[in-house]
Order: sequence, then C-alpha cells, then structure tokens
Amino acid sequence: MSAAPSPAPRRSDEVPLLEVRDLAVTYHSQKEPVYAVRGVDLTLRRGETFGMAGESGSGKTTVAMSLLRLLPAQAETTGRVLFDGEDLLDASWGRIRAVRWADASVVFQGAMSAMNPVQTVGAQIAEPILLHEKVTEREAQARARSLLDSVGVPSRRVNSYPHELSGGQRQRVMMAMALACDPQLVIADEPTTALDVIVQAQILALLTDLVRERGISLIMITHDLSVLTQTCDRIGVMYAGKLVETGPSLEVIGAPLHPYTHALSGAFPTLGDPRSRRAPGGLAGDPPDLRQTFDGCPFAPRCPLVQDRCRHGEIPLVSQGNRAAACVLVPDGEGGPHA
Amino acid sequence: MSNVLQLESPAVSGAHEAPERSDFLPYLARKAGAACMSFFMLLVVGFALFNLMPADPVSALTRGRPTSDAQMSHLRHELGLDQPLWERFLTYVGHTLTGNLGYSYEYHQSVSSLIADRIWPTLLLMGSSTLISIWLGMWLGIRAGWRPGGTLDRSSTAVSLALWSVPTFWLGLILLVLFGSGSVGGVPAIFPAGGMQTEGTGGGWSPGHVADVGWHLVLPCVTLVAVIFAQYVTIMRSSMIDERGNPYLLTARAKGLRDEVVRRHHVVPNALLPVVTVIFLQIGTMIGGAITVEVVYSWPGLGYLTFTALRIPDLQLLEGTFIIFSAAVIFCNFIADLLYRALDPRVRRQ
Amino acid sequence: MTTKPPTPSSGADAGTEAVSRPEEKAPSRWVPVWRFTVSVLRMPSGLVGVIVLVAFIGLALLAPLFIHPSDLSVTQATGPLLAPPQKGYPLGTDQAGRSVLDLVVWGARASLAIGILATLLTMILGAGVGLIAGHSQGPIGRMLMHVTDWFIALPTLPLAIALAAVLGQGAASITIAIAFTAWTGTARLVRAQVLAVEGRPFIERARALGATDTQLVTRQVLPNVMPLILVSSTLTVASAILAEATLTFLGLGDPTSVSWGSMLNTAFMQGAVTAGAWWYLIPPGIAILIIVLGFTLVGRSVEHVLNARVQPR
Repeated sequence: MSAAPSPAPRRSDEVPLLEVRDLAVTYHSQKEPVYAVRGVDLTLRRGETFGMAGESGSGKTTVAMSLLRLLPAQAETTGRVLFDGEDLLDASWGRIRAVRWADASVVFQGAMSAMNPVQTVGAQIAEPILLHEKVTEREAQARARSLLDSVGVPSRRVNSYPHELSGGQRQRVMMAMALACDPQLVIADEPTTALDVIVQAQILALLTDLVRERGISLIMITHDLSVLTQTCDRIGVMYAGKLVETGPSLEVIGAPLHPYTHALSGAFPTLGDPRSRRAPGGLAGDPPDLRQTFDGCPFAPRCPLVQDRCRHGEIPLVSQGNRAAACVLVPDGEGGPHA
Repeated sequence: MSNVLQLESPAVSGAHEAPERSDFLPYLARKAGAACMSFFMLLVVGFALFNLMPADPVSALTRGRPTSDAQMSHLRHELGLDQPLWERFLTYVGHTLTGNLGYSYEYHQSVSSLIADRIWPTLLLMGSSTLISIWLGMWLGIRAGWRPGGTLDRSSTAVSLALWSVPTFWLGLILLVLFGSGSVGGVPAIFPAGGMQTEGTGGGWSPGHVADVGWHLVLPCVTLVAVIFAQYVTIMRSSMIDERGNPYLLTARAKGLRDEVVRRHHVVPNALLPVVTVIFLQIGTMIGGAITVEVVYSWPGLGYLTFTALRIPDLQLLEGTFIIFSAAVIFCNFIADLLYRALDPRVRRQ
Repeated sequence: MTTKPPTPSSGADAGTEAVSRPEEKAPSRWVPVWRFTVSVLRMPSGLVGVIVLVAFIGLALLAPLFIHPSDLSVTQATGPLLAPPQKGYPLGTDQAGRSVLDLVVWGARASLAIGILATLLTMILGAGVGLIAGHSQGPIGRMLMHVTDWFIALPTLPLAIALAAVLGQGAASITIAIAFTAWTGTARLVRAQVLAVEGRPFIERARALGATDTQLVTRQVLPNVMPLILVSSTLTVASAILAEATLTFLGLGDPTSVSWGSMLNTAFMQGAVTAGAWWYLIPPGIAILIIVLGFTLVGRSVEHVLNARVQPR
C-alpha cells in the first residue's frame, strides 16, 4: 500500500496516524541479547499528544527511535509500525529516508550534542528542507528564518553556531528544525532535561502551542511525570520494555491503576498535597535486568502489593474503558489498588 | 504565529553575541608576538651555539691551512671577535635580520646566497611529499577510522610502526640500491642514482626538463612519504573515531540523509579540522627526514648543503642553515595557530 | 594484588603508610618487581620484546668472546673484498674484507651503549626539569615550562647536527646532542604527572604531617612518577638508537668505532650503493628495526601493565 507523499493534505480522523502492534526490540551487541522492548502496542490519532514515561532503561526511547528505524545495526526490531497505513518496518531504506523528517521528525535531548558544531544553525534547519523539497537555497534560508521566529529565537541567529546560543535557545532551534518540513508527527525525546525549571516551562508551553496550531501529533518521552500532565492528552507508562499502564494523563497520574505508576507519581511531590510531602516516594530495589526473560510481572520483585499469582504467567493489559493496566489487581471495569 | 513571550533576552539567558571579526586581531597580535619572542630566543641559542662554544672560530676556519699569527688576528678583527660579547650579539642580530648570514670560505659565497640557491629543491621535495602524504594519509585514515579494528586499520598500523622503526636514510639507501643502481639481481636501474637532473635536458620549465626532474624526484619523494604519511593516517583516523560517536550524526540520519552523505558532509569536515593544523605542526619532523633523504639521493637542497657544511666543518654555513630551518618551524607553528582559530568556529570565541 | 599488604614502592598511598607506621616491617622490596616482571612477560608483546632485548644485549656483551680485534681491523681483515654472502661469510664482506656479520654484532655494542647512555642523560635532565617545573608554583616553574615549550618547537635534527658539529666528532658529542634534543618530551610528561600527583589529597596529608619539600618530592611524588619515567625511557631508547644511527651516518660519529650507523656511513661513502652491495646495507637496518621494535613492544606492555594497576578492570 503506497502512502501519500508528504506533506499530505490532512485527512479525517478515521485512520489513526500511527499504529504500533507487538513491537519488540532486541540488542545483539553483547554476549547475551538484551530484550529492550518486549511487545508494545499503541495507537496515535492525528493531533493527539501521547507521553511515554518510565525510568531509564524502561525502553521508552528505544520504542520512539524504532519507529523511524533509527536504532543501531545491532538492534533487531519485530512487529508492525503502521504510519498512515504503511508498515515502516517493512519499507525499503529509500522509503524510510523519504519519510524521515518530512512525515515524522525528532527533537533530540541534549541539543548541544545533537547539532553539528561547525555548521550554522540556519544551515542545519535548512538541510532537511533542501533534501526533501525542491526549493532554492534562498527559499530554504528564508523558511529557516521564519521558523526561528516562530519558536521565539531572533531570526538574525540564523548565522550563529550552536555554541553561541543559550541552552534554551538551542532547544528552540531543535524544535524549529523538527518543524522544518511540516511533519505530521513529532517525537520529542526528553526535550527539557538539563534545562532549568523556568526555561523548561517556556519550552513546554512553546511545544504545546506549536503542535496544537499545526495539528501535529506528538510523542513525548520523559521520566518526569509532571511534564507529561502539562503537555499530553494521554500517557503510557513503561517498565522493563512493556507498557504497564495507559490512559488519559490526568486520570493516570491522579488515580494510578498500576503500582509502578503509583510509585512514579509518588516520587514527585505534588504542591499543596500534604500527604505527598510525608510519603517517602522513590522505589526500593534495582531496575530490572533486561537480559533475562521474566516469568510473571517484571515489577514483582519491587512491588509493595505483590501476590503469588504475580510471579507466574503472562500478565496482560486489562482495559477499563479508555484506560488499561497490566496488573492482577485491576479487575475489568472496576477501580484499582486504591479503590 | 505563536504567542510565545520572548522572555529570553540575551541578558537573561546569557547568550553570547556572534564574535566580531575584530576579535581575531588581538589573537593575531598575541601569536605574532609569541613568534617574535621565539625567534629572538632562537637567535640567542644560535649565537651561543656557534660563537661561544667552539674554542676559537678562527682556528676552525683555518684548519689545515697554514696561517701566520698576524693573519689570524686580522681575521679575528674582521669577524669582530675582538669585540665585547654583547656588541657581537647585537651585530649578529642586526646582520641576521638584514639577511646577512655570514660568508662561507669553502664555497666563496655568502651564506644567504647559498641558501637562496638551494631552497627551491628542498621546497619541491617537501611540498610534493606533503601533498602525497596528505592524500594517502587521509584516504587510509578515513577508512581506518570508519571501521576501527578492521583489517585495513590494523595492517596500516603495523606498516606505520615498521616504517617508524627504521632510519629514514636506510629506507632511502635500500630503495636506491634496489631501483637506482641496476646492480642487484636482475633489477634494472629504473630511477636515477641521485641528483636532481641530468645534463642536457634543457632548463627552466621545458617539458623535457620538468619530466627529468620529476623522474629524479620519485625515489626521494617515496622515501620521505614513507616516513611522514603515518602521522596523517593517525590524526585522520582518531579524528574520525571521535566524530563517529557523536550524537549529531543521529540527527543527520533522522533527517533522511544517506550514510555516505552523513560521512562526507558531517563527519569528514569535522574530522578535517585537526589535519590542517597537523600539516604545519609536523614541518619540524619532516625537515629531519628531508635532510637525510637529500643526503642519500644527493638532492641539491638545504639538507645536502648542511651535510657538506658538516664535513669541513663550515660553521658559518651550518649556523645559517640552522637558523633558516628553525625559523621556518617557528613560522609554521604560527600559521598553524592562525589556521586553527580561523577554521574552528568554537575556538574563535577566545 | 588485593591481599598483599601495601609496600613502600607501590600504590598512591604508599608514602603516607610509611610515614604513619614506621615500626612495621615492610615485606621484601623485590616482590613487587617480580610480580611486575611476570605481568609484563604474560603479554605476548611484552614477551617478544623482552626476548629480543635479552638476545641483543646478551650478544653485544658476549661479542668479545668470539670476535677478535683482528676481525674488525681494516688492515688485518682477510676476507674477499665486498663479496656477497658465501661460505664462511653468512652476510658477505665489506670493502675491507671484514665479515659483515661480525660488524653487525660488534656494532650492537656502540649503538646500544650510546642509545642507553643518551637515554639516561635525557631522563635525568628531563625528569629533573619536569619535577622542578611541576613542583614549584612560582616564577621558576613557569619559566622552566616556557623554556621547555620553546625547545619543543625547535626541529630536532638541525639542532642535533648543530650541537654535534660544534662539539666535534665523536660518540660523546652524539650522546650529548641526542639528550639535548630529547629531554623536552620527558620533561613535559613528568611535569604533567607531577601536577596530577600533587593534586591528590595524600600530598596534603603528608604536608600536614610535617613533611619537608625534599621529603615530599622524593618519597611521595617520585614513586608515583617513576612508572611513567620507566615507560618513557624504554621508548626513548628506541628513538635514541635511531638518532644515533642518523647522526653517525651523517659523519658526526667516531670514525674508528664500529656501530650500525657507521657501517651505513662507510657503505654509503665508499660506493656500496652503486656496487649493489645489498648484503652490506640491509643487515644494519634490520638490526635497528628489530631492536627498536623490541624496546617499543616492551615499553607498550609496561605501560599497559601499569595502567591496568591504576585502573583495575
């Protein structure tokens, strides 16, 4: 099935922009294979913002990078990634390169190292434009200027080098770069890590505004749950390479179904809530070893509510309306551990 | 147009303005000053070495020739040896700066004119060797660095180590005896046995002469390249390895660029930066190699001149060549500093 | 390694231990040396290098037992003149009828002697400057550093030639010339290491305990700098041997003594090249190649072993 060339006219909402089925990623670089992602399903509609949370090593960045096949050669990816109906895991490299940036772009973390230090910012923004569209250098430069403008960076900065900008400005430039070819999807990988709180708020507000204005879908990856509540409609929580909970962000954080989500949201104290100040927060135990396959729930060793039936057999995602959680304590349609 | 408040004024965010071009001038002045200082130190060392250390320059000059005492003291006066030390030094500095490097009694010519005669062959040899070494070094280095630990990488390392572990002149001798003598086994003399040109091939830039010089240039050039190309391989290789691991390459791939394009447009330009400065920084090493190569092949350049000066020994001539070589290295280090700054935008901030 | 009690000559805290518990009997000082040698020999490059060095040095030392002065004398040699390898002369003969094999073996003595002596001088000079430059914070240190940096910029061969020419022909001039051009590398290394070592807390502790400057340098800093000097010296010998060959080839050496460089000088000056006498030209170069590789391999494995100690994997 051939997909429409980008930029495509916006279609109606029946076909989801992104459908991921049973995505699994295994790294074969060391002596033992590392199962970084173990079967993830997700659906993203046009204009929808989806956040992925979890601690380091949970697989969230791997999932995001695998969508555009940006993982290193030692990574083996299986499953289906249907972007606008087209399976990207099955597509030729030529097709992938055409899809990259023009249909789906990435805002990487650590803007200073994600940009070429000896190229001007304007050249780096213009580069994908010149690659994917038939425009002149002058037109591409002009678009770079207006993109800088739209992210709040003075357009004369188009001739600056990355090291000449502040951290916040660099992150804005990364966003301008991501929007250069009018993509339908933007993947933001920890866009605000290493920024101070004030700048972080500005960047998040900017990102939210931009994607909403242009009807762009967003996948945001972070370990900071509070960030997700501001920017995302829905959230998925990952643990040991699997999604353990999904649902609308406010509900997931306000009333978590999975004990891991509960621990995550407890780790970040809520302003004005005296209980969270006294609760210890934080998780006991070590992060899971991704080289082994788990019998039962991978969170069992650290779960405060663990039971015998947690340790054996597959623990599937159980749906509750528009929410789902992979926990034995979640009955169909009824409340979670707190109910 | 989004309504983002531009809270990030330069004062708040601490961004730096793009450096003005005039930032370069203070840097230039500083480096030029340092180079002048080095040159002055060179003159001090040169003076100390050649005028203070030999017991008596006059007896060195007149060695083997019967000279009366009156002639010797006349010579001493002529050379200014009877003046106080600091006066001699000042005269020396003044002479050097005006291009008067002394007189060679063996050649009956001023040292500076001798040097002027021989500098072109040396430049030709060093220039052609550098160009070939850069090309070879970069070709090997880029590929070795793109796949470190691979066969090309390891074999080029082994070869470089072996070439470093033998004296340059010995390589020259072997090549000469194999290809230039016609006396080994059945190998004919493909290349000349030395010198820079054969008689009667015309002069100047006539095609016959150019071809003849080129033919004479092959063996000396190959010898010199064998010694210096390894440096370029090393620097290019480690540069590539450093750049390969950089995150911005992932960004470039995510934009849809092909692997070769990523390598050519993003990795190589970054990896090239150190190479350019290396060219100038390794002049010192190359001079050593050039001297021995010229001796082996009787290539009529400054190195060969130094060698003949040794045999007498003609101290004035030796001093002249020593000053010239060292001054050249000081100058090249200065150029390297300038280039480094001009090419790498990150360094421009200083 | 972890079960052995700390000895005075190893480890970063060696000096402090000695200062704080002087009455405890230290175990034999030779144990760490033995263990170190074993680790070096375990590496294939180390083993090969050590074998090569032992063979060459042994041969050089034992040479007088089987080579008579008459074999080396130009006037008394009895072999055919400039003859290719044949029975009785495995490497052929030179223009005077001497066996090339005898010359190569005897030449090892001069080349090694000059190489090692020059290295010794280099180490003393370089380490001395480096220690002072690194240790003293004041103007002396800075000035020494500037001088070192400036010296590094001078091209080595022209400087060595100039110095040897001025000092006159001979082995001593060559040795001095080599040391005079090579000390800067060691000085820089040592200075950097001294700065690194003095930045560590145990130095402050020793100072607080009342150690004087000399004590600090000799008992705390020096043991930590010695390994680096050791590695540096093996690599320096390699380049000193190469330098000796070059300077002797250019005619600056002792014309009467036999060394690898002088063999090549004689060969070159007396037309061995045009005569095609490859048997005269190849062996000295090969000998240099092997011994330089030997020192380089040993140097690298010593460095490897020392690094493995500092950062245990």
